[in-house]
Amino acid sequence: MSAPAEVVVGRIIGAPVERKEDKKLLTGQAQWVDNMRDPGMVYLGIVRSPYAHARIVSVDVTPALAHADVVAAWSGDDLTDEWAGSLPCAWLPTEDTKAPEHKPISTDKARYAGDAVAIVVATTRGGAEDAAELVDVVYEALPAVVDVEAALADGAPLVHESFGTNRCYTWQLEAGEVDRLFAEADVTVSERYRQNRLIPNAMEPRAVFVQPLPATGEFTIWSTTQIPHILRVTLSGMMGIPEAKLRVIAPDVGGGFGSKLDVYAEEALALAVARRLGRPVKWTEGRSEGYLATIHGRDVVQEIELAATSAGKITAVRTKLTASMGAYLQLVTAGVPLLGAWLYAGCYGVEGYSFECTGVFTNTTPTDAYRGAGRPEATYAIERAVDALARKLGMDPVELRRANFIREFPATIAAGLTIDSGDYDACLDKALELVDYDGVRKQQRDRRAAGDVKRLGIGLSTYVEMCGLAPSKILGAIRYGAGGWDAATIRCLPTGTVQVLTGASPHGQGHETSFSQIVADQLGYEVDEIEVLHGDTSVVPLGMDTYGSRSLAVGGVALYYAAERIAEKAKKIAAHRLGVDEAQVEHVRGRFIGPDDSVTLKEIALSAWTAHDLPEGVEPGLEATYVYDPPNFSWPSGAHVAVVEVDTETGNVELLRYVAVDDVGVVINPTIVEGQIHGGLAQGVSQALYEEAVYDEDGNLMTSNMTTYLVPSAAEFPRWELDRVETPSPTNPLGVKGVGETGAIASPPAVMNAVVDALAADGITDVAMPATPERIWRALEEVRS
Amino acid sequence: MRSVSLTVNGVSHELELEPRELLVYVLRERLGLTGTVVGCDTSSCGACTVLLDGESVKSCTVLGVQADGRAITTIEALAVDGVLNELQQSFHEHHALQCGYCTSGMILAATSLLAENPSPTTDEIKHALEGNICRCTGYQNIIDAIEAVAR
Repeated sequence: MSAPAEVVVGRIIGAPVERKEDKKLLTGQAQWVDNMRDPGMVYLGIVRSPYAHARIVSVDVTPALAHADVVAAWSGDDLTDEWAGSLPCAWLPTEDTKAPEHKPISTDKARYAGDAVAIVVATTRGGAEDAAELVDVVYEALPAVVDVEAALADGAPLVHESFGTNRCYTWQLEAGEVDRLFAEADVTVSERYRQNRLIPNAMEPRAVFVQPLPATGEFTIWSTTQIPHILRVTLSGMMGIPEAKLRVIAPDVGGGFGSKLDVYAEEALALAVARRLGRPVKWTEGRSEGYLATIHGRDVVQEIELAATSAGKITAVRTKLTASMGAYLQLVTAGVPLLGAWLYAGCYGVEGYSFECTGVFTNTTPTDAYRGAGRPEATYAIERAVDALARKLGMDPVELRRANFIREFPATIAAGLTIDSGDYDACLDKALELVDYDGVRKQQRDRRAAGDVKRLGIGLSTYVEMCGLAPSKILGAIRYGAGGWDAATIRCLPTGTVQVLTGASPHGQGHETSFSQIVADQLGYEVDEIEVLHGDTSVVPLGMDTYGSRSLAVGGVALYYAAERIAEKAKKIAAHRLGVDEAQVEHVRGRFIGPDDSVTLKEIALSAWTAHDLPEGVEPGLEATYVYDPPNFSWPSGAHVAVVEVDTETGNVELLRYVAVDDVGVVINPTIVEGQIHGGLAQGVSQALYEEAVYDEDGNLMTSNMTTYLVPSAAEFPRWELDRVETPSPTNPLGVKGVGETGAIASPPAVMNAVVDALAADGITDVAMPATPERIWRALEEVRS
Repeated sequence: MRSVSLTVNGVSHELELEPRELLVYVLRERLGLTGTVVGCDTSSCGACTVLLDGESVKSCTVLGVQADGRAITTIEALAVDGVLNELQQSFHEHHALQCGYCTSGMILAATSLLAENPSPTTDEIKHALEGNICRCTGYQNIIDAIEAVAR
């Protein structure tokens, strides 16, 4: 059982408060970056390489300059003096990681289809699009390499010739006597999986709008970003603009899922154009353009081995990854596979643990964080491998999992980190009950007995993940370039309302609502009296932004501590007003109660503002900031069960049911939490069944737009069946954990285990993701012949 | 340039349009109605859905000149005096939106569905929304929100 934790239970924390964000979004009043327009503004158009790998022989922009709407057109060579450095990569996992030069626009070679080779600037959107077509670029096409294993072979085309190899880095983690444990194992399994390359598809395409103020050298950058603060720091360095002269605003941002956790070429290019021309500049991505120019996710070959006793006790796990970086290192490209490095034993206690990852350059769009980032990959490999072991041992996958669950918390795992809390049995019990495990197993047997061509499959995924990035010290130790803290400010205004400043930068997660609940709960304000400000570096100078399910577990906890600071100061003023000793004053949600009388926080806020009668040494005003650096990651866990029907005649898979029981610690707003899980499940199920970015051998993206890359619609999913277990995280006073990624992390193996389970009796032990009808049909044909 | 007259949310506009201008850009850039948004360039996502003479269309696949003489309803017209209409309110109550980028199109597609079929089954709702992509919600709350309004 988990360690007991002191939990804050309030009237508003845990309540399904309706979202404050909704009304503007429901009425068409949201402020998207592409809405921005200013007098004199110009539009940026990007000329992109149609080749995955080609030497740039010459770039002639003069035909574009002849276009009536065009005000400027530049090649990469024309712009070299704009860059003080490369586009940032904040995570070089090893000392010898090969980090290529990565200028926003290439001058020597195009290294993936979509690499920028020239830009045009026009007074109209259409003019910019047309003129980009007029730029005359002469390419010398080179052989391309798209597959990670082919890229490591001798004689493979080199993405970056100066390295003499496509190997970017190899990173290892080893604990325990892994070789001995494998040698002594009664049973081993050795599996190989491929993580399909995914396109994140946030519904709002990327956009950037830059407003320069030439006289002062200041720039305001409106960006569809998850990371306004990190963007400001990194753009300052790479553009040679003092940080204090840059203001980054992330207004309403239409989804991210990691794809907007980056510093992109177009942001730097728009800034460069604004600096050169002294005019406001806008760039908006076309969706098909984004499929080339916005990061992709996954694309990893995984080899995993388990060593076990004949009773099913897993003793060691050995994993080897080959991960595609794409053509360049974007912000955290190289580190993404390593976010799963500690999780390849899942929620199972093992003695020996070995992990190795090799990052590889290919002539493809760079990969980077996509919902789950490294953890869906880890969860997939261990959960699929555990099912393979269960088949080999002839055990039920439920029993095998139970034989290996970690049960004592906090739990220091073989890989070296410490899981905060959890109750894996409780999650599994609930999930099995909800799905009626014995009942669906019986249905499965009945169908088989009846010779039904539509097989039933049941798949489990019992997972734990680490999120809420996280202790700055650990991030530093694994060579991540930034800290893991976040900041919050609470400003109690004299008129009885509150401003909350958060360093988190929401883009659909509902922070304005859930963060209001935290403050309301602690300080007694109504949710509507609280205004949560975010996503503008001038309004909220301090922050570390939103990614890795960190906003609540880090930013929300910072807010909790800031509220404590408010209460501390208010108590001093209250004691003074009540004419009693501070020790005699009790604070209960915004009311400061003395022996005879009480005073409210709102009254105190007013008196702190007038400052007519404050106790000696107390500063006027009622405002507090807290910068919180968490002592640990947060470790959500859960048990998911998928039930699928596989048509052995057509290969079609129908997901009949999906049960998800998650433990995300204390829940601030159950409606928002369920929404996060729904969305994550949809993306994870889609990885399993529908989505895959496919390149041909020349590096052409074959799934180059939304008609060929299958983003699922409402018709593709069953009703999500959710339940919860709540083991409060002892790491933080709110007891919270992250929730944004759990659905995407847990669901691919649940679905794929179900697909394989459905076909196991037909002799099939593996189907690659996505499990398309064609793949399944071919697999069946193979075993039949 | 072509002279075009459009009635948008009950207001008539006389516009000089380039023949190639898509209706969505006429709404966004000429009329400042930025509640209608662009999510793709292949008519796949439905984020730009509006009503043309009461029926839902993807405004990225209609030229401004094709809308000459016709009536267009966008998301901005649904709430009256700041009060959300039934569908908008239901989306709010059912947490049927997260980032909100698909929401305008989703609500107008649902409006069109309910006008044609006031009592759709869950399956009919799912299929009516096949042309509207949401990446945040997993759709369940959207379906619930529409079902709650259907009768």
